[in-house]
Amino acid sequence: MANGTIAANLKTFYEEGTTKSNKGIWSWLLSTDHKRIGLMYLGAIAIFFSVAAILGVLMRLELIAPGETIMEAQTYNSIFTLHGVIMIFLFIIPGLPAVFGNFFLPLQIGAMDVAFPRLNLLSFWIYIVGAILVLVSLILPGGPIDTGWTFYIPYSVRSGTNISLAIFAAFVLGFSSILTGLNFVTTIHRMRAPGMGWFKMPLFVWATYATAWIQIIATPVIGITILLVILERMFGVGIFDPALGGDPILFQHLFWIYSHPAVYIMILPAMGVVSEIIPTFARRTIFGYRAIAMSSLAIAFVGYLVWAHHMFTSGMSDTARIIFSLLTFIVALPSGVKVFNWVATMYKGSIDPKPPFLWVMSFIVLFSIGGLTGLVLGALATDIHLHDTYFVVAHFHYVMFGGTGTIFFAALYYWFPKMFGRMYNIKVANWGVGLFFVAFNLLYFPKFIMGYLGMPRRYYDYLQEFSSWHLISTVGSWVMLIALILVIGNIVYSIFKGEKCSSNPWGGVTLEWHTQSPPPLLNFQEIPTVKHEPYDFSQLEEMKNES
Amino acid sequence: MDNQEHKNEHEHHITPYSTYVYVWLGLIALTSITVTIAGISLGDYTLAVALLIAAVKSYLVINIFMHIKYEELIFKVFLILSGLTLLVIFALTFFDFTYR
Ligand code: HEM
Ligand SMILES: [Cu+2]
Repeated sequence: MANGTIAANLKTFYEEGTTKSNKGIWSWLLSTDHKRIGLMYLGAIAIFFSVAAILGVLMRLELIAPGETIMEAQTYNSIFTLHGVIMIFLFIIPGLPAVFGNFFLPLQIGAMDVAFPRLNLLSFWIYIVGAILVLVSLILPGGPIDTGWTFYIPYSVRSGTNISLAIFAAFVLGFSSILTGLNFVTTIHRMRAPGMGWFKMPLFVWATYATAWIQIIATPVIGITILLVILERMFGVGIFDPALGGDPILFQHLFWIYSHPAVYIMILPAMGVVSEIIPTFARRTIFGYRAIAMSSLAIAFVGYLVWAHHMFTSGMSDTARIIFSLLTFIVALPSGVKVFNWVATMYKGSIDPKPPFLWVMSFIVLFSIGGLTGLVLGALATDIHLHDTYFVVAHFHYVMFGGTGTIFFAALYYWFPKMFGRMYNIKVANWGVGLFFVAFNLLYFPKFIMGYLGMPRRYYDYLQEFSSWHLISTVGSWVMLIALILVIGNIVYSIFKGEKCSSNPWGGVTLEWHTQSPPPLLNFQEIPTVKHEPYDFSQLEEMKNES
Repeated sequence: MDNQEHKNEHEHHITPYSTYVYVWLGLIALTSITVTIAGISLGDYTLAVALLIAAVKSYLVINIFMHIKYEELIFKVFLILSGLTLLVIFALTFFDFTYR
């Protein structure tokens, strides 16, 4: 793909920064290098994820048996809200773009940095400020919010907890998301290396591009909605509050006009990562490159038109319910296009089942279960029965955690050697994926069954008849805890103690594998010229001379 | 070089202050119409009129104050696309409100 990128062991970006001093904490906190910013996001996100996962395990502990076990009902309400808010706004929405988009987008298109490096640093700090506001809202008098992560009216106007501050935090986080999106769109339009036409871009770049547009166009809607809720709480304007003549369903419309496209902010970059990993480990060019690239754009667009499938039982008109149910089925098409193309890529490939590939396999199974049960919920008639039950809880954990969460680990295990120049313990990594997969299904599959049987969502207590399913799920949460410790521990240990490894241990061919590991400050010794298709493995021979 | 010339071309479009003032006055006039109309009952048309006026105002702001009128085609394409998305979202929302 590229010539003239022969790695002559330049100083890595760890040794050379963008600030005056190359070492010390400030050379990180004030760095405009996209790679350092990506790693700072990784650190922050790892902490938030761990905290929220522990909250999840605590909830499961409470639910191990009927009645009060380890916490009071109000505490449970706050904990599921906090768990949801952290997982959604601090982990899964920013996750892939902020960490891997930042680190690898410029590398994959052969650029020296993003288009606006300072804006990038600003996005990071806005993210941190948003996170701090969430923390502050927990400790101020009034108490942590208890509305669930959806902040539905009228409860969010009535609740005495610190709603205004907590949702203002979401407002602030939105800005971080918008600015990152803006940065990526500009970078992709303006900074591609010579020879890299639109259809020579790696598919992760296409996915990030589609995602960035959703971030820019959809996020302002939630921003305005949040401001209106704050106004409603402070001044009783009467926009949403039915007691004042407002329309609570309007809130749900506005909320989901953002939050449904937001689920594509979560999943599209993950699909991009899958399209990177499969060719590398199947040693075969991707099947249906254009179909995959275009289906990202199609998902991004159709994703705008289905939001009210979250509102089938909220008292919407029948016309709207039927139309949104129909539209929901259409989004399944481009997602199906992707899954079939991935599977076709593996057909007759020479598959090398290294840990990143195993993560992707686990993704395909879990995401397919999540996606197909999404159709069960998108069908109007079945949703009336399943709405707000554990079936929904199972569904969204399968798509968000089993889908994007799994791919977060896949991406980490795929790009780890490039980011740190070291290798993790492969054996432990294999055990990690396997245990994760078992734990996941143990933890969440019973929730489908419970939901189908009528166990309502967001309940602190339950009838005796559900108790064995709850018990299995709780045991699953313990196995999950062990799996996560194994998976994250392996990475943390290897950052410091892992064996040094070559610049291209997997035999990848996209541009990030054409430079040394870890990359130098400006990514390449000289800007590469692109001559090959993105997944053309015939170039591996000529790449041997590069390092 | 090509790029350089392009940039210069941009700077030639300096809108006179008077235009800004006229547009501003126009916006104020439209706002007062919106406020007045809110007090008159137009039945089903109330919302339509309010949205129409808002659309005209955005058009003015985007073209004049935000200079989109003098920008490259690509900006306009993206703007129109996002505008259309918004329109579709409005239309879909009204499937609920109209038939409730
Ligand atoms: C150790 C891993 C996890 C465990 C044990 C866990 C467990 C739970 C439990 C027990 C609930 C409450 C269900 C209810 O009472 O209705 C819940 C809710 C939720 N979880 Fe998780 N979860 C985990 C990971 C995740 C991840 C990775 C995500 C997102 C990426 C996530 C997103 C959510 C959301 C959005 C809610 C809904 C909160 C609400 O109702 O407002 N969870 N989880
Ligand atoms: Cu949705």
